[in-house]
Amino acid sequence: MTMVVSSPHRTRGDRVARLMLLVIGCTAPGMATLMSFFGWGVMFQVWLAIGAALATEALCLSARGRSPKRELKDFTAVLTGVLLGLAIPPYAPWWIIVTGTAFAIIFGKHLYGGLGMNPFNPAMVGYVFLLITFPTQMTSWTPPLSLSDAPPGLLDSIAVIFTGETMDDRSLNALRMGVDGFTMATPLDALKVDLNQGLMISEVQQHPVYGAFAGAGWEWVNVAFLFGGFILIQQKAITWAIPGGVLTGIFASSLLFNIWNPDAYASPLFHLFSGGTMMAAFFIATDPVSASTTPKGRWYYGLGIGVLIYLIRTFGGYPDAVAFAVLLMNIAAPTIDLYTTPVVYGHKQEH
Amino acid sequence: MAWHLHGFPGGIHPARMNKSPAVDNPIESLPLPPHLILPLHQHSGEPAIPVVEVGQKVRRGQLIAKAAPGRSAAVHAPANGEISFIGFHACPNDSGMHEQCIGICTDEEGELDEDEFVDDISLTEEEMRQRIAMAGIVGLGGAGFPTEKKLTRHGTKYLIINAAECEPYISCDDRLMRERAPQIVEGIHILARLLQAEKILFAIEDNKPEALKEIALACFETDIEVVVIPTKYPSGAQKQLVQNLLGIEVPSGQHSTSLGIVMYNVGTCYAVSRAIAHSEPLISRIVTVTGDAVQRPGNYEVLIGTPIEYLLQHAGVHSDKLRRVVMGGPIMGIAINNLGAPVTKLTNCLIASGPGELDEDLRARECIRCGDCVEACPASLLPQQLYWHIKTGAYERAENLHLDDCIECGACAYVCPSHIPLVQYYRHGKSHLWLRQQERQKAEHAKQRFEARQARLEREKEEKALRHKRAAEARLAAAQASEARATETQPAAKAEPDKPVIEQHNDRMSEVLAAVERARKKKTDPDAENKS
Ligand code: SF4
Ligand code: SF4
Repeated sequence: MTMVVSSPHRTRGDRVARLMLLVIGCTAPGMATLMSFFGWGVMFQVWLAIGAALATEALCLSARGRSPKRELKDFTAVLTGVLLGLAIPPYAPWWIIVTGTAFAIIFGKHLYGGLGMNPFNPAMVGYVFLLITFPTQMTSWTPPLSLSDAPPGLLDSIAVIFTGETMDDRSLNALRMGVDGFTMATPLDALKVDLNQGLMISEVQQHPVYGAFAGAGWEWVNVAFLFGGFILIQQKAITWAIPGGVLTGIFASSLLFNIWNPDAYASPLFHLFSGGTMMAAFFIATDPVSASTTPKGRWYYGLGIGVLIYLIRTFGGYPDAVAFAVLLMNIAAPTIDLYTTPVVYGHKQEH
Repeated sequence: MAWHLHGFPGGIHPARMNKSPAVDNPIESLPLPPHLILPLHQHSGEPAIPVVEVGQKVRRGQLIAKAAPGRSAAVHAPANGEISFIGFHACPNDSGMHEQCIGICTDEEGELDEDEFVDDISLTEEEMRQRIAMAGIVGLGGAGFPTEKKLTRHGTKYLIINAAECEPYISCDDRLMRERAPQIVEGIHILARLLQAEKILFAIEDNKPEALKEIALACFETDIEVVVIPTKYPSGAQKQLVQNLLGIEVPSGQHSTSLGIVMYNVGTCYAVSRAIAHSEPLISRIVTVTGDAVQRPGNYEVLIGTPIEYLLQHAGVHSDKLRRVVMGGPIMGIAINNLGAPVTKLTNCLIASGPGELDEDLRARECIRCGDCVEACPASLLPQQLYWHIKTGAYERAENLHLDDCIECGACAYVCPSHIPLVQYYRHGKSHLWLRQQERQKAEHAKQRFEARQARLEREKEEKALRHKRAAEARLAAAQASEARATETQPAAKAEPDKPVIEQHNDRMSEVLAAVERARKKKTDPDAENKS
């Protein structure tokens, strides 16, 4: 007889791996949409990221005297890779994603003691590292295929990522050319530049990169991530508190400014469906390790991320603010926990 | 009219409740085992005190160990037989430690004694109390609180009957309700009368429709309100049930009785009815025997003291399939290491698990701070922070987060995706804090004793000083008086005040020595004279 003397004798089971797989699986709609709008590059980045994440994780685990064979199976490193792979420009050179992922796993995770101990979201640590170290490559987004002057094919995608040039010797910058002959920026980027030039929102929105309501391609990418997020909630992999907080934060702050001056501040709809909003809300902010853990705290934590995303997007120096917002709120999480400790049973009267 | 439920936070819905295999069969009586082992400690409180001797013949229902003073419960012989030993024996407990037991070699004849029927109307309340106390009845839901100790007469607002039976697998109460609802209700009436309860609530989870039907029937046109509560673990935990039914929390560190709320398990009510109506002490109980390793899962009426092995064999246990035997439910139950241990008053369920049925070697991983445990905790604690603090030895922090209010329900550990044995950590933390508190108390006592001693010494010193002072004053006064007298009558004759003290001393010394010498001479001289 195996004698496990302690109760409980039956649990819901070993779920970390299942949970991670579910989350990875739920990124699929978003990933597919991203690919359909931006091409094969997305997939290669994700593959590279997964490979780099697993290799780095295995190295770190061995270096720390743990069993890579056992612990790699929890899929946490894979998830970090997937999220980072989805977050960077699809045609960035291969070494960008590899260094970024390695940095994320080493500095974002293992230097703090590995799974469960890291105060910061590893994927976002990697992202910010890349953004600061390689700003050009990290902001070199190609336009959606439909708006592109010369959309890259499968082989071109591989070539650009690995050699910097397509099969017919076009550079990444050439790929970034739009049909109108201008180098394209992401909608968030373009919005910032145009507004700085004194244009009004209504004028800015005439530009094709803005799409129907929040940026060509980006609106559907966000819808797809939202869909994946709903599955996560339905599967009870996450609760609504953090994503609800993030979306409420973005919605409320953008609404406030939009009402105050609709000419200078984009609508809530634009902000909710632009850039990495939905991916941040459902897949990044919900990383349990670095988030707040109390029921109320999670709501505030999400809200903080939402507000920060809006503020940094609107007033900060970087176009998309997800990584900064998440890292800043990571710092605040322990304090939030401290002030949102639930009232324990039998202690009502103290309050 | 439906009772308004208030609900309680947290809780879990364990998949595969596994009630069905056992609950479908009627209660079956177990044949008389050849020997019975009766632990003296089958309840919370002090162990009972044996009143029999080895070799003594006992009859069914005879008192063999009386309740100790304070909180304790009596033990009776479940069958006719002879006392075979009084001493340590394996018992179903967490620690695997042997405990004091009384053994009985049963004899077949006379086992079927007719029950003595007593009309409870003829008993006074005092007599009823007496009889319940004498019957050795304890809370059969698992806590084992001696029943009669909760029968305080005054100010009982609510009498709550707990039929939630919320752990998976367990179905003894379910079966009891289906088959013996009228007796249960009779027991409830007896308790209600003794408690003079203002309101009686009967709480049952909605996963037992058949039992509910029987109970509703038996309660028809009585003042018992049957309340159906949703199936959720731990609905049957005392504090959570109070919160769910009444919307109030039992303040931390208090018992529900202090709020005028008394709770009994259905099995206990049945035992009370047996004690009053049949003068039968608590000598048997219903035990659910289930699990993949038994052929005939079911609910068995088992004499207290029956070896677990005997019961399992009767239920057709496959020893090659057997992986683990758990007493109680899969979430809070304890693993039984020695199957020679007996069924006690608190054995509600035995799970003989087969391969893969219960968790086997799920090694704990790191906490990923997913917060699932926070959502599951019915006490609104922060289980993962408690775990963290205890793990790092920061017991005070755990204490500040109200570790003491953890009811050890195990809901958190059930949901933990990293399979961390959280409850073990909490028990460890609690025992650590308890030990420290003991030490602190001891230190406090020692300090008090020390201070008391210091004070006493101080006082004695003062008193002594005072005495000396008085004596000195008295002496001084006397000396002055005598001096006065002396100066009046005779001048200092012998005193030579001018001579140094040391010389005076030497003078006196030489006088003494001279005297001693004289005496010696006087003594030796006659001897010498005699000899010569
Ligand atoms: S359920 Fe387990 S892994 Fe999740 S926070 Fe609680 S202790 Fe950590
Ligand atoms: S065992 Fe304690 S901490 Fe865990 S859920 Fe139950 S009451 Fe909460």
